[in-house]
Parts: sequence; C-alpha cells; structure tokens
Amino acid sequence: MSIYSKDEAREIMERALKYSSADACEVNLTSSEQGNIRYARNTVSTAGHRSNRQLVVQSNFGKKTATATIDEFDDASLEKVVKRSEELAKLSPESPEFMEPLGPQEYKESKTFIEKTTEIDAEYRAAVAASSIEPAKANDVTAAGFLNDSNGMSSMMNSNGLFAYNRSTSLDFTVTMRSNDGSGSGWVTRDFNDVEMFDAAEASKIAIDKALQSREAKAIEPGKYTVILEPAASIGLLNNMFGAFNARTADEGRSFMSKEGGGNKLGEKIVDERVTIYSDPFNEKVPANTWTQGGLPLDKMTWIEDGVVKNLAYSRYWADQKGVAPVPFPSNGIMMGGDASLEDLIKDTRRGILVTRLWYIRSVDPQTLLYTGLTRDGTFYIENGKIKHPVKNFRFNESPIIMLNNLEALGQQVRINGNLIPYMKVRDFTFTSLSDAI
Amino acid sequence: MKRRDFLQVAGLGAGMLASPVPIFGRSVPAEYLVDPGMDVAQKKMLADVALNTAKSRGATYADARIGRYLNNYVFTREDKVQNTVNTESFGIGIRVIVNGTWGFASTNDVTPDGIQQATEMAVAIAKANSRIQTEEVILAPVKGHGEVSWKTPIEVNAMEVPVSEKVDLLLSANAKAMENGADYVNSVIFSVNEQKYFASTEGSYIDQDVHRIWPVFNVTAVDKQTGKFKSRQGLGAPMGMGYEYLIPDASKRVEGGAGVTLYRDRYDIIADAEAAAKQAREMLGAKSIEPGKYDLVLEPNHLGLTIHESVGHPLELDRVLGYEANYAGTSFATLDKWKTKEFKYGNELVNLVADKTQVGSLGAVGYDDEGVECKKWDLVRDGVLVNYQAIRDQVHIIDQNESHGCCYSQSWNDVQFQRMPNVSLEAGKEPYSIHDMIKDVEKGLYLVGRASYSIDQQRYNFQFSGTLSYEIKNGEITGMINDAAYQSNTQEFWNSCAKICDQNDYRMFGSFFDGKGQPSQVSAVSHGCATTRFNGVNVINTGRNI
Repeated sequence: MSIYSKDEAREIMERALKYSSADACEVNLTSSEQGNIRYARNTVSTAGHRSNRQLVVQSNFGKKTATATIDEFDDASLEKVVKRSEELAKLSPESPEFMEPLGPQEYKESKTFIEKTTEIDAEYRAAVAASSIEPAKANDVTAAGFLNDSNGMSSMMNSNGLFAYNRSTSLDFTVTMRSNDGSGSGWVTRDFNDVEMFDAAEASKIAIDKALQSREAKAIEPGKYTVILEPAASIGLLNNMFGAFNARTADEGRSFMSKEGGGNKLGEKIVDERVTIYSDPFNEKVPANTWTQGGLPLDKMTWIEDGVVKNLAYSRYWADQKGVAPVPFPSNGIMMGGDASLEDLIKDTRRGILVTRLWYIRSVDPQTLLYTGLTRDGTFYIENGKIKHPVKNFRFNESPIIMLNNLEALGQQVRINGNLIPYMKVRDFTFTSLSDAI
Repeated sequence: MKRRDFLQVAGLGAGMLASPVPIFGRSVPAEYLVDPGMDVAQKKMLADVALNTAKSRGATYADARIGRYLNNYVFTREDKVQNTVNTESFGIGIRVIVNGTWGFASTNDVTPDGIQQATEMAVAIAKANSRIQTEEVILAPVKGHGEVSWKTPIEVNAMEVPVSEKVDLLLSANAKAMENGADYVNSVIFSVNEQKYFASTEGSYIDQDVHRIWPVFNVTAVDKQTGKFKSRQGLGAPMGMGYEYLIPDASKRVEGGAGVTLYRDRYDIIADAEAAAKQAREMLGAKSIEPGKYDLVLEPNHLGLTIHESVGHPLELDRVLGYEANYAGTSFATLDKWKTKEFKYGNELVNLVADKTQVGSLGAVGYDDEGVECKKWDLVRDGVLVNYQAIRDQVHIIDQNESHGCCYSQSWNDVQFQRMPNVSLEAGKEPYSIHDMIKDVEKGLYLVGRASYSIDQQRYNFQFSGTLSYEIKNGEITGMINDAAYQSNTQEFWNSCAKICDQNDYRMFGSFFDGKGQPSQVSAVSHGCATTRFNGVNVINTGRNI
C-alpha cells in the first residue's frame, strides 16, 4: 500500500468533496505502514506489519454533524461515504458545540519526514533485536524489548478551502534488561524521526549496565529526598501537569488551574522562575506536526515562562465563548535546561537518589495535581558526589507543581517521547513507601 | 496503535477513564449494528480456505478467527450530547505453527483469495521467525468441538436500543445530578458486541455472540469561593449483559453502609446520579483523614479493582515467565513459590478463583480465542497459591496438560494471547452482613467504588483510594472523610483479611478496557466479591496545600 503524496492526497480529497451537498464537509486522509518486533526471554516472541489507509468524512447541516469512514477511494466508494455521512448528520441531534470548519490557513512545512526511516524492514528489526539479545546473553542478563517503526501521511481538506498535508516517519524503541539472578533490572527508551540517529547497541548497553549496577539493592527509609530525575522519570509527571493547561476545565472551576473565586491562573507564577516550557514543531531535535486535527496551525508557543503561566489551551468552541483566539494543545513540549551533564549533577549532590524512570503514574487528587507511582529499573543512592549503591524502589506521592517549585538545578536536555526534557535535580521529593519490586 | 485510533474523552475526570477510549473499526449507521452479518455456513467455508491453505503450506496447526466487532458509544455532558460513535470492524486473523514457530497475519479482504494470501503471509512469517526461535511451541491437547455456538445470555440487545433512548436516559441522569447539587456531569454508555467465529485444524467450528455494556458517569461539585472541587463516579459496573442491566429493579438494590445504595445485576443510573451529586457536595465539607493504621471495610465495587491488580495480573503466567517484562512487568508470584505448595498468598479465609463461565461477567464466553472450552479453576485455595492463568502453549511449563481457556484477542487483526479471566474472591462461609463487618471495628474506614490505583511492576506494593470514604469509630460510621489512600503489599494485605460477607452481598466489579501487550490490546474482565474487612492497613493523607 502506498503512502500518498501531497498531490495524490489532494486529488482524492477533491474528488470526495465534489460529492458533498451538505452545508460544509471536511475530509481527513491518512495512510501508514508500521512494522514491529517484540522479544522476551532473549528470543523473538512476535513480529508484525500493518498497513492502514482511511478517509474520514465529516458533513454538517447547521449544527447537525456526523462522520463516516472508508478505506477504498474509487469514485463510487467516495460518493457512498460522503452520502452516508450526510444521511447520518441529518439523523443526528444538534451538537451545541459544533464549530464551522475553518477557512484556508497558512502552514509551514514540517520536518517530520526522513526518507531513510522508510527503508526499515524485517531484517533491520531482527538486527535490532539481535543487538539487544546477544550482549544480554554475554552479560548474564535477559532482554525483553519492542521496536515499532512508522511511515505515514496525514492530510485534510474542507469545503471552505482549507488544505493541509504532512508526511512523517518515526521509530520507538524500549528494552528492559533483567539480571538472570532476578536481582537487577535496567531499561532504556529511544525515539527518533530519523533512523540514522538510532543506535540499538548503545541503547541496549545502557539498559544492561543499569541491570548489573542495580543488583543487590539496599533498602533505605522512605521520606523526602533530593532526587535527580532522568528525563524518562520526569516526563510522566510533566505530561500529566500539561493536561491541566486546559482553559475550559480551569474556567469551570475543576482544575488545578482554577482560581479561588473563579477564573484561571493565566499570568500567575506557579513554579520556580527557572522553569520555562514551550512547544515548537520546527525544533530540529523534536520535529512535530504543524497543524492540529481540526486544521489549526501550530507554531512556537510558550506555556510557562520564568515560572509564570503564559498560555492555556482554548478549543475553538471555548475561545469563541470567551472571545479569545483559539490556542491548540501542542504537538511537542520543550523544557529549557542547562549545561550540566548527568555526571555533573551527581557530582554536585551531597545526598540524593538518582531515578531512571517512574512507573504506573495515576492521579490521586486533581485539585493539587497529586500523583502516585513508583520508581523502576534503576534507582541509586548518591552520597558526596558519587553513586554509592542501588536502592530498593519507592512509591512516591508528589505533585509536578511541588516538584517544579523545589527545583535545585537543571541539566542538559534529552529527547524523550517526542519532547525535549532536561535532567532535573529536585529537593524534598516525597517517597511514601518501599517496594520489593525489581 | 496510532493516536487517531483513540477517542479522547475530555472532562470525564480523573480515574473514570485512565486513558483514551480505544475505537476500532469504521463508522457505520446504527442499523448496521443490528444486521446479523455473514451466515455461519459462509464463515465455515471461508475459514476452511485458511486452514487448508495453511496445511498445504506445511503448517502443523492453524486457526482462523473471522470477527465482526461492533461498538456503540454515547457520550453526554450536562444537557447535551457530546458524541455518538457507531463502529463496525470485520476481517479474519490466521495463526499458524510452522517449524514449531507461530506466525500470524490478518486481512479485511474476507474472500477466498484474500484469505489465501493472508494465510501464506502467516506461514512466511512463521518460517522467517523459526530461524531465530529458540523455544519450540508445545500445544496442550484440546478436543475438536465440531460445529457449536455460544451467546451471552442477554434479555435486550443494546445494539437494538435506539440511540435516542440511550441519550434520554443519560440526559435524565445528568439532569437529576444537576438538580441535586452537581456543577458538572459527564456520562457514557459503552455497548459492545463481538461476533466471533473460530475454526482450527483440530476440528472446531465455534460461533459466538458476545455482549458487554458499561454505563458510567462522573459528577463534579465545585465551591467557587474556596476554589475546591470534588468528584464522585457512578457505582454501576460494566457487565457481560444486554441493555436489561439499565432497567432498574428495586429488588436488586443493596443497602450499603453509610446509607449508600449499591447495585447488583440491575442498575438505576438516575437514582445513582442523584446520590452522587449530593455526596460530591458533602465531600466539599468533609474533614481530612489522620494518617495511620486502619481496619478497612472494602465494598465490592472498590475491592474488585484491588483483586484485579494484586491477584489477577500477578497470576498471569506470561508475566511470571517474563514475556511482559518490557511493558507491564513481571510478577512476585514466581514458579518456585508456587512449587512449594505452601506459599501463603493470603490467610485461610482467602479463596480466589478464576472463572470464564460466570453469568453476567465480562469475561464469560463458551470458548476462548483458541477453541478451548471455558471453565472455572482455583488460583488460591485456603490462602495457598495453587495455580496460574495459562493458555495452550504455556501449560506444559507448569506441568499441566489442559489449557485454562483464557486466550483472547481484541479483534480479528491482533494476535490472540493470554489474558486475565474473571478472578474473584469467594464469599465468606459465615453468615455475615455489611453491618457485621463494621460493628466490631474500633478505628476504620469504609471505602466504596474505585478512584486512584497504582501498583508496582511485580505487584508487591500498591496504593488505592475509594470514590467514597467513610470513617468508622467504635463500630459506627461517623461520617465522610477526604484524602484517604491505603498502601500495602499484596501478600501482607491478603494475609490481613479478617472477615468476608456471605454470598448475599456478592457482586461484580469490572474493568472494561484493561490494557496489556505490545502493541497494546484491551480486554474486559469482571471481579466478584462480597464486602470484606482487612485489619491494620496503612492509610496515608493525600491532601496537599499548594
């Protein structure tokens, strides 16, 4: 199955729109090729390949709207899907929050597509698995990993003259290494748009080293500790915090971003002044889509600057209600960091805990953005600037707001799940109990 | 799976849906959902194309699953419909063993040619993987069942209920909540129908029609003055039932502690929404808990999730063996502990059973997704770990020769693998009521419904909280309480079990979208239990001032 070019996408969608007799019609076209390999117990367990293509047609008559989808694009199929969406729309109840499709927009070209990544094949995937499994066997550890690669396009067009197109490639890799005596575990994650940035052997070695170094962990008392959070550890809490950057739930009074007496915290200082978080789909290290599913353009946007909330996300409906411009949720997140390496941060720490990752993070109290979860796959005690020994895993109960107010230092940025997040040193991070899990 | 395959449901509130709702298949008009689909003879003919192709290409085993998966979801908030979703997904998945190695491929081209091509791809994948395979597949024997069928015993097919009727019900519940002090309310009815046809080279042709339903809401009360807000989720359960679950029946109500009304087998969503609004408002003025050791009286809609996380997942054999090490994790319940035949998972009061046959449960089917007839078996008997959950290619590892029948795939285009059956705590043998649980507690908590939940990757350390929490002092419930979460260790917790209500209080909780595997697949599973007391559990205060 092919990945449609810009011209091919335009041609298919123009043909579909010709069949529309609704007040407005919007079509979204996607096609993708994805491959994966999964391994465990030092052997391959499953491998798969999946092709998808789909056209989603949304028609509306006034505020009555409905969608229909199809995966065949000959004239008869296109006519059928457009007519079906129109029939469904006429039968639908009015949607009071329906917004008329946007008119033409200006989009800058994204940097999400790298040709080389489209060449990934089953042999490449098997070689990735081998670069984990072979060194694992040599080091008396067991590898379990997963690689997924994707090559795809997305495009949209509507009867008001809007057209958008984006092509992207990506790969996501994780591997867990467990020592064969069961006493140590290490993990690593990598994600790239460009396959040439990915080195499976280098990543696997980090996980193996962590597995070996985390053997025979000692128990220390839970409590408040200075922690150095690797980006894989802080990203979960930061993502959850970002969920609260929704103007509507803030204005409705049911979010951390709600203010006493009504309104929201836009313009208020909520975290340490060294915290600046923005999004930028044009960043070379974390390129992202330049438009949203509804067709709003995405550009650089600052969310927190010097600890102050600079923007909240407004859907088109909520922006209209509040008389402001819509602000879409971003397609990536970038937190400003510093020059310090992880080693530098450890060297400057008299007593603390190095955390590889946090796991099973769940909301405890949306009022304070309190979350619970556990450390996993490499937790180490630091004393006088050196890693002294591995420690048993902890359960934490902490709010990212408190975490970012207790900031001690920021280090270098690392790409993690399409975002750029710095190493972070934080004081008084709250661990509430010990876990026996390895 | 890509993000666009999920429907992001905004504003439902923490805990109600931990992640976006998965949407499979293409959108279809509602009338498609009541169309009977392809007839059985046609399915048999097509399945035989796959089986014959596989055998002729060298497969020693093959199975084919022709699946039609239907969903109808209705989303509302306050006085408006947010979205209605009707989807249908139809295709075939073919699994083969060649050279002792699994291969799988799927297609939505359900024609003899399409099936032949997909089968050839499955064979090719098996052959390719066999070169690096180090563990040959060993299948437990299963008898061919011939041509058989099974259907969820429903009274009203939810797919035949007009969307307008579902909308009316949800908007009535929302209105009732708003009249009684709610500021916001979101509500949803999820209806699912899996029409699955399974055929294997061992002589089974199994046609199944599986139904599930989940009505759920989240009510929020706001105090604008203080900026505080509190939420209370619905106390209905997802069920393996038809729309009859939503037809109220006073005889199916259970009076819980603290005047809380609970439901068994029939749910009154309007009455529950009214209670939820009042309770959410009451929470705004409730006091914050003093941390410490408490005796916990856990209501089934709450304890069901604790069972799911601390018993259901750790006893999945694939986790124990390390197949899930890179994602969900492994398990503390290792084979060496099981082999001792005296590992005390809990104390002698604790009997935990797996059961794929329980009427009304989410996990009930006649046969699993590899043609094994479903059954009931013990996991923990008199407190001792006695068995796991395993499928055909695993049971030999635990020296058994009969699959437990818990193989499942979320759709025709995903490969089937071991999934959790219903796992339940047997009711107590002594005739105890909820009152009996509470009356001799000096310092305790009564927790109702699910809220926050988290557990480590080997299932030792967990933390849970309830959607409603009440303080118990000297045998009496004294009032609502905020900020309570309990932390424990699985083995310690189940060994602190003090008293279990009898069968009269037994009810089911369920998980409708339970995730596992890479790429991730969802499944649905129920957990039955009666109200149960656990003594001396550590409770923390989760309140913070920011």
